[in-house]
Formats: sequence, C-alpha cells, structure tokens
Amino acid sequence: MEIIIDGQKCEAEAGQTVLEAAQQIGIKIPTLCYLKEVNEIGACRICIVEIEGKGYQTACTFPVSEGLRIKTTSPEIRRLRKLNLELILANHPQDCLKCERSTNCELQSLSKELGVEKVRFAQDSGGYKLDQSTPSIVRDYNKCIKCRRCVSVCEKVQGVKALYPNQRSFKAIISPGYKQELKDVSCVLCGQCIHACPVAAIKEKDDTERVWQVLNDENKHVVLQIAPAVRVALGEEFELPPGTPITEKIVTACRRLGFDKIFDTVFSADLTIVEEGHELLARLKNDGPLPLFTSCSPGWIKYIEHFHSDLLDHLSSCKSPQQMFGALAKSYYAETEGIEPENIVVVSIMPCTAKKFEATREEMEVNGNRDIDIVLTTRELARMLRVCGVDLMKLPAGEFDAPLGITTGAGDIFGITGGVMEAALRTVYEEVTENELEKLEFNQVRGFEGVREASIDLAGQEVNVAIINGLGNVDEVLTAIKEGEKEYHFVEVMSCPGGCIGGGGQPIPTTEEIIVQRGKGLYDIDQAKEIRKSHENPIIKEIYKDYLGEIGGQKAHNLLHTTYQERDQY
Amino acid sequence: MRNCGHIDPENIKDYITRDGYQALGTVVTELKPIEVIEIIEQSGLRGRGGAGFPTGLKWKFTHQAAGKEKYVVANADEGEPGTSKDRLIMEGDPHSLLEAMAIAGYAIGANTGYIYIRGEYQLAIKRLKIAIAQAKEMGLLGENLFDSGFNFEIKIREGAGAYVCGEETALLKSIEGERGEPQVKPPYPTNEGLWGQPTLINNVETLANIAVIIREGAEWFNEIGTEGCPGTKVFTLSGDVENEGIIELPMGTPLRRIIEGFGGGMVDDKEFKVAQSGGSSGGCMPKELLDTPMDYDSLAEIGMTLGSGALLVMDETHCIVDIAKCLMQFFKHESCGKCVPCREGNKRLYNRLDKISKGEGELEDLERLRDLADTMSKTALCGLGQMAPTSIYTTLKYFKDEYLTHIEDNNCTTGSCRGLVDLEVQDKRGGKDYGNNN
Ligand SMILES: Cc1cc2nc3c(=O)[nH]c(=O)nc-3n(C[C@H](O)[C@H](O)[C@H](O)COP(=O)(O)O)c2cc1C
Ligand code: SF4
Ligand code: SF4
Ligand code: SF4
Repeated sequence: MEIIIDGQKCEAEAGQTVLEAAQQIGIKIPTLCYLKEVNEIGACRICIVEIEGKGYQTACTFPVSEGLRIKTTSPEIRRLRKLNLELILANHPQDCLKCERSTNCELQSLSKELGVEKVRFAQDSGGYKLDQSTPSIVRDYNKCIKCRRCVSVCEKVQGVKALYPNQRSFKAIISPGYKQELKDVSCVLCGQCIHACPVAAIKEKDDTERVWQVLNDENKHVVLQIAPAVRVALGEEFELPPGTPITEKIVTACRRLGFDKIFDTVFSADLTIVEEGHELLARLKNDGPLPLFTSCSPGWIKYIEHFHSDLLDHLSSCKSPQQMFGALAKSYYAETEGIEPENIVVVSIMPCTAKKFEATREEMEVNGNRDIDIVLTTRELARMLRVCGVDLMKLPAGEFDAPLGITTGAGDIFGITGGVMEAALRTVYEEVTENELEKLEFNQVRGFEGVREASIDLAGQEVNVAIINGLGNVDEVLTAIKEGEKEYHFVEVMSCPGGCIGGGGQPIPTTEEIIVQRGKGLYDIDQAKEIRKSHENPIIKEIYKDYLGEIGGQKAHNLLHTTYQERDQY
Repeated sequence: MRNCGHIDPENIKDYITRDGYQALGTVVTELKPIEVIEIIEQSGLRGRGGAGFPTGLKWKFTHQAAGKEKYVVANADEGEPGTSKDRLIMEGDPHSLLEAMAIAGYAIGANTGYIYIRGEYQLAIKRLKIAIAQAKEMGLLGENLFDSGFNFEIKIREGAGAYVCGEETALLKSIEGERGEPQVKPPYPTNEGLWGQPTLINNVETLANIAVIIREGAEWFNEIGTEGCPGTKVFTLSGDVENEGIIELPMGTPLRRIIEGFGGGMVDDKEFKVAQSGGSSGGCMPKELLDTPMDYDSLAEIGMTLGSGALLVMDETHCIVDIAKCLMQFFKHESCGKCVPCREGNKRLYNRLDKISKGEGELEDLERLRDLADTMSKTALCGLGQMAPTSIYTTLKYFKDEYLTHIEDNNCTTGSCRGLVDLEVQDKRGGKDYGNNN
C-alpha cells in the first residue's frame, strides 16, 4: 500500500506500524519504551507523530493503512516530545556523572537527540530503597522511568512473569508483586531485564570490591576462571566490533590485575561433557528418566525448580562447568600444588548474573569449601580493567595456565545455544560408534531459533534431541513432553536468547545482531583449535587416571555432581 | 427511565406488563441483525458513556468484524464523581438493560454479555442477579430465545473501584482478570476486545434506550431532543441548588432551565458562579453560557462536554483556583500511571495550582499550566489523561481574572485559599471533594 510520510510517498506493508514504515525510508522517529515485538505499548509517548484526521498518535503502535498521511516532525511535535521527556527527566535523578550507565544510557542519548537544555519542572524523584535482596540483581526504583520493558521481557521472552506495574499514578512502581523483593518471587535471576532497561534502574550486584580485597590479601591464592562467552564480548566494552575474540589479551589483562592463576572454564566444560555424556549413555541404556536435561544454565535450573519441579529427576546431576571448576580447584589443584583449599579463592568471570546466585546455592560446596567464592560479570571485569587503565588492545598475548587452562574447541562452544549439545554429540557419538567423526560440526543443532530439534543416528539408535534458548520457549516443549507428543532423549536448555553469549552479564547493548556476531566468534575459536573433542582433552584424561578414577564414579560424584530443590511458585 | 418507580424491579412480570421483552421477541423472530442495526442507526442514538459516539455505527463495526466469538459488554462502572444515573436505571429497571444486551447480541452476533458494574452498587447487583434468574426461568435469556435458535447469557463482573476501569479498554482488561489499564487504540474493541475478540461496549443508559427505540421506532426517537443528538439525557444534578437529584430531559435543554426548573434555583438565592458539566473531566461553565443547549455538539463547540450528564452547580462562595486544584487532586490520584503525560502531568498541574493557591504564584505559571495541559490533551494515551486538564482550559478562559487576583494581588476573594487552607477544611464547609466521592 502507499502511504505518505513527511510529504514523501512510500510503500508499506499491511501489519507494519508507522514506526517501521518510517524506518524503512530512513526516517528515525525517537522511541523510549519501545522494544521491537516485545514492548509495543505506547507508554512513553515519545514517538508521537501527527496523523491526518487522527491527531497525535504513537508511531510504535499505529498500524499503516492505505493513503495514511503522517507527519513525523514539526515544531509542535518537537515541543510535545520534549515536554514529555522533561516530565520524565524531572522524575529521574540526574546522576549522570556517577552512574554506571552514563554514555550507555538511552535516556541520556534521547535528551541529547531531542535537544533538552533544561528541565522546566522541579526535580522530584527518589526516596525508594534499592532491592538488593538477591545475590545477582539490584533494582533501583529511583532511576526507573516506568517504560515496562523489563516487565515485557520477563513475561514474553523469559516466561517468568516476575515483574508487574504496581500502585498507580505518580506512585506507580515497576516491581515484583505487592511490596515484595526479587528474592520473594520466582525470578530466575537471568538478568535479561538488565538488557531491556534503557537506564540504570536494573543492574548486576557489583562484586568488584570483594575481588580487589582478595587480590590485596597476600595470604590468599586467587585463581580465576573465564567463561567462553566472555572472550567474544569483552572487547565491546573497549570499542571493538561485537564478537571479536580476544582471549589472549584478556589473559594478560587479568594477570596485570594480580590474579595468581588464570584458568579457563572451557576446561571444566570439557569435563562436564565427559561426565554428562556418560550420564546420557547410562540413561539411554537403563531406560531413563528421559529426556535428560542439561544443567549448566543456573537460570534454567531455578526455573524448573519453581515451575516444573515434577521434572527435577530429568535434570542432569552434573554441576555446571563453573561449579565443577571450583570443586576441582579446591581439591585436585590444591592437592597437587600443596595449597590449603581454605587459602584458595576462586573467582569466575561469567556472562551471567544467575551464576552469582548459583555460586551461593547451598549445594555448591565440598567438605565445607565453597566451590566458587566470587562471580563477576563481563561488565564488572571491564570496570576493573578500566579502573586500572588497562589498554586492552596494546597488551601482548597471554596464555592460560596449566593444568586447568588446557582446553578443546568443544568446550568453547558451550557459550552458544546448541553448543553443549554439539559438544556432547561429538563425544557420545565416538564413544557409542567407536568411529571417528568425519565432520565435527553438527549443523542441524546450530542456529538461533527458540526451539530446534534434530535426530542423530548413534550406531543404529535414533537419538532425538531438542535445543531451547530463551526460557519463554520452555513451557511449550515441556508440555509436549509431558503429554507424550514428543519423545526426546536429550534436551539442552539455555536461559538466555542465544545462550550465554546473550547472558544477562554481557556488555550493554546485547541485541540479536550482536549475539549472532558473538556466536560466530565462538565457532571460529572452536574451528581454530587443534583438539575439538572434550574426551580428547589430555589433562582430563590425566585427571581421571591420577585423581578422579572412573567417569561417573564415586569421587567424581562427590565433587562434580549436585542435587536440586523444589521451590515455590509466585 | 420510563419504568423507574412504576414497576417492582424484582418482579419480571411488572416489566413484561409494560411491554418488556416485546422488542427482543420482534428482533429475534422478525428482523435480520443488519435490520436491527439500521433501526439504531436511523434513530441517531449516541453513546451516553461520555463521548457521544453513534451507537448504530459501533454496532455495525462489531457486526462486521470477524472473530471466533463476540461479546456484548455493558459499562456499568459509573465511576464519575457526582453521577448515579446508571445506578438508578439498574436498580429501578434492570430488565431494560438485559433486554437491550440480548438485542445487541443478536445484532452483532454475540451469545455472551458481561455487565461490568461498580462494586459499591450492591443493590443494583442484587437486582440484576434476580432479574437474570427470572429472565432465564421464563426463557427470555439462555438458549433458543423465542424459538429463534438464538442463545444469549449474561454474566456480572464486579469492578474494584478504580475510576480508570470505566475506560473501555481498561474495563476489558479487568474482565480478563488483569490489571485494569487502558490500552492503545487501534485496535479498537469493536475489532479486538475481550480476549482479542470483537466486542461491543455500551454504557447502561445507552442500552436502556434500545428496547424502546425498537418498539416505538427510530422516528419517534428522532423527534425527541435536538437534530444531531436525538432522545433524552439523564442528568445528575448536584451542588448548591435547592433540589439535587436525577432527571431525564430532552437533549438540548439549557442548563438555566435545569437549574431553575428541576433544581428549584440556587440555595439561599446565592449568585450562580460556575457549573461543571460532564463530571470531573468536564469544563467549567460560567454564567454567560447558561443558555447553551445541553447536547454533545453544542457543548463541544464551546470546549465543554456533556460527559456522563453530571451537573455540579456552584455558587459565588467557591474559588475557581480551588475548584481546579480539587479536580487535579482527583486525577493525580486516579491516573493509572501507564503513560508519561498523565502520570507525571497531573501531579505537576496540581503542584502549580497549589502554588498559586498559596499566594506563591507567578504570571509565568499560567503559561506553564496551559503548555502542560495542552501536551496532556494531545499526547496522553487514554481519555483520562486527555480530558483531565479540561477544567484548567475552561477556567483559564472564563475566569482568568480570578487567577490573576491570586497571583498579582495575593488575594482569594472567596476566602477559600487564604493562607494554606487545605482540602479537609473545605469538606466541612460543604465544598465538594472529588477525591473521596469515588
Ligand atoms: C477515564 C474514563 C472513564 C470512563 N468511565 C466510564 C464509565 O464509568 N461509564 C461509562 O459508561 N463509560 C465510561 N467511559 C467511556 C467508555 O470508555 C466508553 O466510551 C463507553 O463505555 C462507551 O459506551 P457508549 O458508546 O455507550 O457511550 C470512561 C472513559 C474514560 C476515558
Ligand atoms: S532476572 Fe530474569 S526472571 Fe528475574 S526479573 Fe529479570 S528477566 Fe525476570
Ligand atoms: S526498571 Fe528499567 S526497564 Fe523496567 S520499567 Fe524501569 S526503566 Fe523500564
Ligand atoms: S492517560 Fe492516564 S489513565 Fe490513561 S493510560 Fe495514561 S496514565 Fe493511564
């Protein structure tokens, strides 16, 4: 159909909004509460345009129709937008100099875009207590501009529904249900709401100070592990194109910060594959319970504990790579180095806010030693590096330390949706068929759709697998399983869209396009590795021989496996 | 209201004796849905919920919309302060509403109707329940009405008291069990309403006109009222008049006649100062407009509204700034908080009026008030925020001098704003506190 925008005739398709049609012809209408396909509620009124015969309407919600005449800018439109923005600003602490989202804040850039010079209303904001009730996420109601993007993401993308608009008028507050804190509801701490938030009203719980303290403590042996998804994202904090792998630079940078050893979560990802692959084969042989669900994503674990606790025995009992790493660092590594586990501090750099929670789970300790002591997100690491004035790109390349830094490509792809599945298939396939894989890439499990499925022929046995990313896609699959419509053997679930590369601790912004680029970065790293199958990791073989004993044996169970708990549903 | 007071509302036979359910019978056995809609269109009936939208057209849109199912919803939320005409209709003549809903259902193709009623209306709820039960028993609701094959059932949903839940999209959310908050339009309820299905929403008073229009014909209805706004209007008259109460008059009756006739004049023969027409979102009418015909079009021309038909009459002892402030207090409380201009704007308007009432006003404040009021009207998401500043426009237009006296002379001639007199004190003086009325 034909419509007219700012006097310019253009083609638009039925079902498009005025905003989309304008974007197509290079007209940028400012937005604030809008999140494509997720939050199209017309609440902030910033995108208003003038539509002939219909007055002022929000471009993000107004559908195009034949012959529609739209004006996207005029003195009056600019006045109205600006006044509404000033109303928002007057109710937002103008703390830019001290705010971690400064220069990365949509409200700040919008003020600039709309040319706000002063706010003609008295400043009137604040007085709210922060929600610091969880180990992962802080909500700052003083900064919230009530755009509701977090509400929609939590509901529509993550299927959790932890957040609501509460109260009304100027007392409206976007929060868990009435007077509750995040800890009181079924929030899985995935941190996707952080990416949705245009301002600094939601952020990770900052643990950098605790890390500075242990780094300063001479009696502590501080070891670091770095998750795969971090290496293809950290560069964005230092103006590199999204997805640029900078593994070696990160290693050097972290050494400068003063860590005693720099290890790699990719190592324990390999270990996870060996244990979990073994568990899968055992379940296939002994009838169940199937399907087996992966257990490396702590948001997913919390989700199933809240919402589908009848399926807990389907979860792999394997700890996540983060936790396996900690357990080994304080046992095997401590023993071989002759260091008391009490004196070892394990710090992880994770793309994930839920990992902070996972580390505090009561199950996650062995002989009174916590597996993990402190978890930082990718963003917090960037903050530490900036404080120290590390010029990342000028650093020489560094190498992970042995032994817990020796890895295979299979572990690297743990950071992307389908990666755990692919790594597991590489190992399980060779184990069952006793043939060497000709082609290591399992393209049928790659991709970014929310739910993917494939069937793999394992020496005559057809194995059905499914891969889910984004918790909002979980229920449909679980329902199909419960109702017997689908018979899967193995299901990989990652809480966040795209997997860990899209995690709640990753650099802001994290968008669909950026996730794709980070994913490509991980596949490239895998491709370039000499060894690309977890069971071929030489250190892992050695550890089983010298220390752990049998795969899936007693000692492995003590250290590397865990249990789950039923949680209430709110 | 023709039956109110003439029948026992808890006895369906009384209603039937006065031709009740005759229209429904005719409709389902003799008319095609589109013919019913044509009659309503020809009658010129306009929605009595406030906006005056042509009822026949709304029925037609819902009739034409495609959907798995369709619904009829009666808006009986009546949250407008100083309005209780829907209550009177439901308490006095509940079957007129039920019959109309069934007719509407037949016309648009719906088999289910909801009455969304204000929770405080317990007597009306009781009588509606009795009426539904009796109608069902007599086969006037339920399955296969008049052997026509048409089924219709009616359910009651009680509202939880928020003013904004009377707004149609918020009302539908509330019926769905969600937070009652307005949604952007389009899509309109006629196309995507309750559970995403085409839904007809009409005010109780609108619906109460349906059966009699069918029975007496569109032409009969056309002869009442004015050309653009046929029929009658039920007004709720209150304030400083001798007789407060509810009255049904032909559309277009001027306010002066209402006050002097039915109202019996001003209390103690005090001087009339201002009347607020249409409820809290209505405009403030000065003396010189007392002869304006009270209908949608005539009032719209002068920036006023007929709204719900509420008429709040105030005498010379009331202060204009104070009236506007009370109204903003109401909206500041009732805004749902979803969209920026209304959530933040009402509070700011209130603060500025408060400043003026405390003798701290500056001339610039009037400009600011106008600027913000205009932004709200143009950009707020729903009618609440768009209409909230109506009193500000109209008072600035007709009573500007009084604002100036407050600002330039630090003087409130009525004494309402002297020093820091606040709302509670005024209550005792007999002034209207909008906030508590709801
Ligand atoms: C804030 C707000 C409150 C409203 N409250 C009511 C109400 O209490 N009763 C009502 O019938 N309509 C109310 N309306 C109007 C409805 O949205 C809707 O227009 C009406 O129910 C349509 O019925 P009608 O076409 O018969 O007038 C309200 C509108 C707004 C914006
Ligand atoms: S962390 Fe995840 S589950 Fe919790 S509120 Fe945010 S989006 Fe929802
Ligand atoms: S917390 Fe952030 S995303 Fe959520 S409503 Fe507030 S500003 Fe918007
Ligand atoms: S105008 Fe007011 S009541 Fe309406 S949606 Fe906006 S905030 Fe809510």
